[in-house]
Amino acid sequence: MELKTPLYDTHIARGGKIVPFAGYLLPVQYEDISKEHLAVRKQAGLFDVSHMGEIIVSGPDVLSNLNYMLTNDFTNMEDGRVRYSPMCNEDGGIVDDLIVYRLSQDRYLIVVNAANRHKDVEFMKQHLKGDVVLEDASDHYAQLALQGPKSKEILSKLVDPARIPEKYYTFINHVKVAGIDCLVSQTGYTGEHGYELYCDPKDAVRLWEEVLEAGEAEGLIPCGLGARDTLRLEAAMPLYGHEMTDHISPLEVGLGFAVKMQKEDFVGKAGIEKRGEPKVKRVGFKVTGRGIVREENPVYIGDIQIGVTTSGTHCPYLGGAYAMGMVEVEHAVVGTEVEIEVRKRKIKCEIIPLPFYKKA
Amino acid sequence: MNNPEHLKYSKSHEWVEFLDETTARVGITDFAQNSLGGLVFVNLPEEEDDITAGESLGDVESVKAVSDIISPISGKVAKINEDLLDEPEKINEDPYGAWFVEVSEISEIDELLDAKEYEAFCKEEE
Repeated sequence: MELKTPLYDTHIARGGKIVPFAGYLLPVQYEDISKEHLAVRKQAGLFDVSHMGEIIVSGPDVLSNLNYMLTNDFTNMEDGRVRYSPMCNEDGGIVDDLIVYRLSQDRYLIVVNAANRHKDVEFMKQHLKGDVVLEDASDHYAQLALQGPKSKEILSKLVDPARIPEKYYTFINHVKVAGIDCLVSQTGYTGEHGYELYCDPKDAVRLWEEVLEAGEAEGLIPCGLGARDTLRLEAAMPLYGHEMTDHISPLEVGLGFAVKMQKEDFVGKAGIEKRGEPKVKRVGFKVTGRGIVREENPVYIGDIQIGVTTSGTHCPYLGGAYAMGMVEVEHAVVGTEVEIEVRKRKIKCEIIPLPFYKKA
Repeated sequence: MNNPEHLKYSKSHEWVEFLDETTARVGITDFAQNSLGGLVFVNLPEEEDDITAGESLGDVESVKAVSDIISPISGKVAKINEDLLDEPEKINEDPYGAWFVEVSEISEIDELLDAKEYEAFCKEEE
């Protein structure tokens, strides 16, 4: 039985094409994925991301628990800051990747992938030590993502500009957005400037309508999961279940910046140490031949398989087909020409630098 | 939905235009292009290839997914519509003008629907 977000009826009314995703019924697109993708790159787009999981951890021992359960270091974090982190299993494989909001010294909000919510809660509960409480608060939050170069202009119409978080990966709690109580963070998953708005589910429909109306003149349109995926791929952001799995270590994906091996101990530290230098590495491919590469397509040099793709699609803004994948380290060299097999056909591709797209 | 009367339709949403008894053009229907969304790539067979009714003659890809084009007829590929290779969006803009292949020496034809039957079939699918 799939769940509905508070915006389900709103999506239907606006012509969203609904698909099941991570246990929720969500729009994959409204009118056209490419159009929605381009709106986010050039103007702005609004996404319902209420399916994301929200976990609150609190108590005097919360910091030591975060530092033990997650690979990043939260020691010097201030209130109002957001920090990205993988969470690893004992073998150094990735359980999930998530972002952590410091609400106060002893209270943090953790936002996790929808598909991993229950797994994450169980995993964290198994590792909690001392005076700390964990609550799966997912059902108490709806979440909208307002993304694109015009997003600040749009938000300024609904919010006291002094209450808009100024820096990337910061947030302000209890901001009135069109009078609705929200947590507003400057975060996102599109490679574009933007904000994520967390509110009470009962306010979600009104918030959605208010934001859409405010952004009409700027070209804001509602966007579905399809554009969310092509945008993140074009910006070469890894996605759990594709670039990251229980078997892949954060170092292989290129997430070493969020793994603090100098920490005394954390779940997965020994596993990562035992793996040694990564043998495979995440790379980007541009399709130079004809066709579109998708996920799980084998990558060849001649007849020798050197890796496999993890995501791939046509990228509407760059106007070509791109993919990411894991290849053996010795072949993970920019400029390398490879062939990727798609439906029994080999397509010429080249390894190119990541990210494919970076905002100006 | 506007499905031209002079075409025949398959249940896998291809259309067939018979030019004479042994020659026909094949494309995908308005219903198909609408379900697939904006198309960004087409993979067609080569001229002289044999194609078989009920089997894939090529595929179309949207941003999100790839879908086979199931041939409603058996025969030999006489021509391919090369314009589609560079401009797959033509399929979305004009599905009944954007033919994929012209097939000659037709030896077998799958069960096909006329425009009215096809329209009724699509209503059930929705």
